[in-house]
Amino acid sequence: MFLRKIATVVALTTLASSAWAGCGASDGRVSIVGNEFPAIQTVGAGAMECAGGGVTVEKNLTADHQKINVPGMQGNPAEFTTAIVANSSIVALMNNDVIRPLDDLVAKHGQGLQKSQLITVDGNIMGVAFMANAQHLVFRADILDQLGIAPPTTYEEMLVAAANIRASGMMDHPVGGAYAAGWNLAEEFVNMYIGHGGEFFKPGSAEISVNNQHGEDALHMMRALSDYMNPDYLTHDSNATSAEWKAGNVALMNMWGSRVGPLKSDEVDPSVANNTDIAGPMTVGGGSTPASTLWWDGFTVSKNISDADAEATFMAMMHAIRPEMLNDETSPLAVWLIDGYQPTDAAKGVFAAAAMGTTPYPMLPYAGLMHSAAGKELVDFMQGKETASQALADLEAAYTTAAKEKGYL
Amino acid sequence: MKHKTFFWFFLPTALAMLLFIALPLTSVVSQSFHAPHEEVLLVSEICDPFGCATESTIDHQATEQLKKDKPLGQWVGFEIYADRNHLAFKEVAEFWQTRSSFTGFISSLNNLQFYRAMGFTLTYVIVVTPLVILFGLIIALAVNSLHRHLKGLMVFFSLLPMIVTPLVGSLILFWMIDARGIVGSGLQEIFSDPNLSLKASTGLTWVTLIVYGVWHSAPFAFIVFYAGLQTVPKETLESAMIDGASRFQQVIHVVVPHLSPLVAFVALIQLMDNFRVFEPIVGFSASAHATSLSWIIWNDIGQEIRLFSSAATTSVLTIIGVVILLLPVLIRTWREFNPEK
Amino acid sequence: MTSNQIKRPLGLQLLIYGFVLLWLILAAFPFFWTMWGSFKVELDFFSKGDWTHAISGVRTQAVYGESFTGAGYEGAWIQEEFWRAFSNTAIVCFFTVLTSLTIATLGGYALSRSGFRYSFWLLIIALVFRALPPITLVSGYLPPFYAWNIWGLLPTTIIVLVAINQPFTLWMLHSFFQTIPKELDESAKVDGCTQFQAFRYVIIPVMWPGVITAGLFSFLLAYNDFAVTAVLLSQDNQTMVPKIASFMGTTQTEGNVMFAVAAVVSSIIPLFLLVLFFQRQLVSGLTAGAVKG
Repeated sequence: MFLRKIATVVALTTLASSAWAGCGASDGRVSIVGNEFPAIQTVGAGAMECAGGGVTVEKNLTADHQKINVPGMQGNPAEFTTAIVANSSIVALMNNDVIRPLDDLVAKHGQGLQKSQLITVDGNIMGVAFMANAQHLVFRADILDQLGIAPPTTYEEMLVAAANIRASGMMDHPVGGAYAAGWNLAEEFVNMYIGHGGEFFKPGSAEISVNNQHGEDALHMMRALSDYMNPDYLTHDSNATSAEWKAGNVALMNMWGSRVGPLKSDEVDPSVANNTDIAGPMTVGGGSTPASTLWWDGFTVSKNISDADAEATFMAMMHAIRPEMLNDETSPLAVWLIDGYQPTDAAKGVFAAAAMGTTPYPMLPYAGLMHSAAGKELVDFMQGKETASQALADLEAAYTTAAKEKGYL
Repeated sequence: MKHKTFFWFFLPTALAMLLFIALPLTSVVSQSFHAPHEEVLLVSEICDPFGCATESTIDHQATEQLKKDKPLGQWVGFEIYADRNHLAFKEVAEFWQTRSSFTGFISSLNNLQFYRAMGFTLTYVIVVTPLVILFGLIIALAVNSLHRHLKGLMVFFSLLPMIVTPLVGSLILFWMIDARGIVGSGLQEIFSDPNLSLKASTGLTWVTLIVYGVWHSAPFAFIVFYAGLQTVPKETLESAMIDGASRFQQVIHVVVPHLSPLVAFVALIQLMDNFRVFEPIVGFSASAHATSLSWIIWNDIGQEIRLFSSAATTSVLTIIGVVILLLPVLIRTWREFNPEK
Repeated sequence: MTSNQIKRPLGLQLLIYGFVLLWLILAAFPFFWTMWGSFKVELDFFSKGDWTHAISGVRTQAVYGESFTGAGYEGAWIQEEFWRAFSNTAIVCFFTVLTSLTIATLGGYALSRSGFRYSFWLLIIALVFRALPPITLVSGYLPPFYAWNIWGLLPTTIIVLVAINQPFTLWMLHSFFQTIPKELDESAKVDGCTQFQAFRYVIIPVMWPGVITAGLFSFLLAYNDFAVTAVLLSQDNQTMVPKIASFMGTTQTEGNVMFAVAAVVSSIIPLFLLVLFFQRQLVSGLTAGAVKG
């Protein structure tokens, strides 16, 4: 019951709110927009502590944050003074030129930050990251032990392991995967294509190039994996995949680090929860780069607001991600990039991903267009309705049309 | 009614619609003929917690003046309407020239998102609309013949499919029709096929969406007809009975004609709403098998990089589609306005 | 009052009851299932292993020691203060229905009584307005609303809901007014009433089945709307549906999904009372014998 914990944290902090009033700023307006998952709720609650004195703090943490953040920051003065974003979504803010460089504020108030937390573009600090995430292997230790299989380190080994589990009769569909048509499927394609050593765009341009051997290999591997998945796999997002896991229907899957904690909660049958283990991401096709991507979440500050508001906002956010916010309840919520974070057991997959040199998700102005084109054009191949190269050609055509409309080509 | 009286009666509703629908509508139409200005790309060094890389970014200064002068973007005429993600004239012509057979042509059309979406949308409209009207009428007649005390309860329970918020409703139904859910495993029993899954094949997904559509909308037709039944003049019914009309004949010759403005209204609204089918596709994660124009719009503006011109174009196409679809009903309404003398 | 005075044959009677029962099961079963499941933990209610867990509550038993738990309700109402969303919804619904009905009744009545062609074209234009998908409209509202600093407020949302639903309400009321014979108000006018007086004294008393039905739909729209409220309301002003969505979130955090289920079940109860309350108005009207000859 995560929200209950947050509620207690908030309750405690309202008592102490006078102690934090303003968090060092004398006046200003702080208004946060961002996604709503637990780690971000924690950060939002932390910033709310700074309300008081001349400082007002508001937060809008919602799944619809991408619909409201750009228009809400385009006005002058902007409705939102800060947006919490990830490496894929900061791009929309930069494309629309609504966030300001933070160099002056970091110099003045950012002493606690580690250099690696700073997101810089040509040396200008555009955002401050506070957490990281990646997809990696999750496996059922008991089932692999019983069959004498080592946790797979490559997707090829995963296929062999899946075949063994199926042959043993323990599970019909031993592989889980968030392959729902749309964003999830595209994300798996991105992983697999990077794992095969592919490059999405011609260097320095928005011209796409995925219709090649890497692309076909990536798709064929996804198809081979899907043979071991629940037949409904094209409707399974990461929630549905987690549900399959908790029900004990799946023994191997590639899953987000942030989703591992709930797989072991009290509500889950102990025979599943206690045997759920994780390892780093897998490689594919003999490559050395893992077939996965690294992600960060961080905050930005609006361009169209007064300097006082920007300063108050920055100070409130710095307060929200100060090292002291880490405790037994908040630490397991994410892989925090904050100084003093002690990795929990659930974080070892993400750390392994970073250590193995996993590629970050591309921060390109047009990566999102490629992602959404992939989400809708690759399903025909997965269903066996067309060949890999036809599906990739469709992807390229759909992307090119969208990129032309946006003025990138 | 005099023009002046009409004006005052109609003014408030007209103002609301002008401000909040007509104005946005004009901006949507204008946006569908404009595209954002061409961006100038820079190569920048981007550093994040995982290291540095050279990536492209947008040079805002290069186009700042242009964007200020022409905030709408550049005029592109019908270019977006014709592109591959919309009507795809070029591709369709190519498919037609290189077709091996007519079915081959149809299946290559299926590769274009607009036509793929139209395929499902039209099937959905054609099947769901008449079924909703029929079921709604039967339920209304049945409930209306119940005892007074039962009516209120039945009205409430009949409304349930429509009022449970689709947000959670679809989550629950999505689980129910899962191969391991109660309805899914029930169907497996009935058809004695342990591998039956409603979500795995295109055909069964369509059937599921259509059944859901009828279930969800039948209450709407029901309640409108039920209210209409309350105004059936008793005298006409009585005289029909005296003339020896059977119950069925009474329904066909007295009740249905009396309800005809309401039938037209329900047909109109249902045709339109079914053409814009959207929620079940998202709720049942069915986009691998079925999409609609509304889904395309949602997909265009719900992503990280948002395609407003594309969404505006699809919106205009949706309106045109709705108008074409409604023509028969509209012509009927026109006749009512100009009865032949 | 039944529409058929003569006793029905037994066969027909059975057929009707059989059909009503079947429809009752189809319509209400998912709801009762949800109500039962709202007292379980998530892994039982959405059991991917064995659906009978939703009935027996195996995991609920394991976590709480008994097969029912009020944790979902406690979480939603006490911890998450769902009542705030509840009262916001009440405000939004009340004003949306009131405004919608007032202006659409006037407009719909005028359209049904004006024989001129422009009234036909006005109806068509209203219809075209309705064809615009709401998602497109809502994203168009954002820039001006931010600029005027009215984003996030309840009144803004109320006006938008009224306007978006106006074509529907207008058409529905127009259709209902058409089923009311024109002779009624015309004879009143012959007796010396103005148009408004004819409307006030002759039409209003008999229009309730139609108005209540239209009101019901306006109400349901405001009650269930997600497209508008999710984007136009700030977190403090959230109505029930966006609030429920935020319980689930994109990642469906453990435990919170059951808050959403419990909240949905509780949000149905006011509707139940409302329908029972207005059911009498729904069947009043012409049957009272307003039309004679």
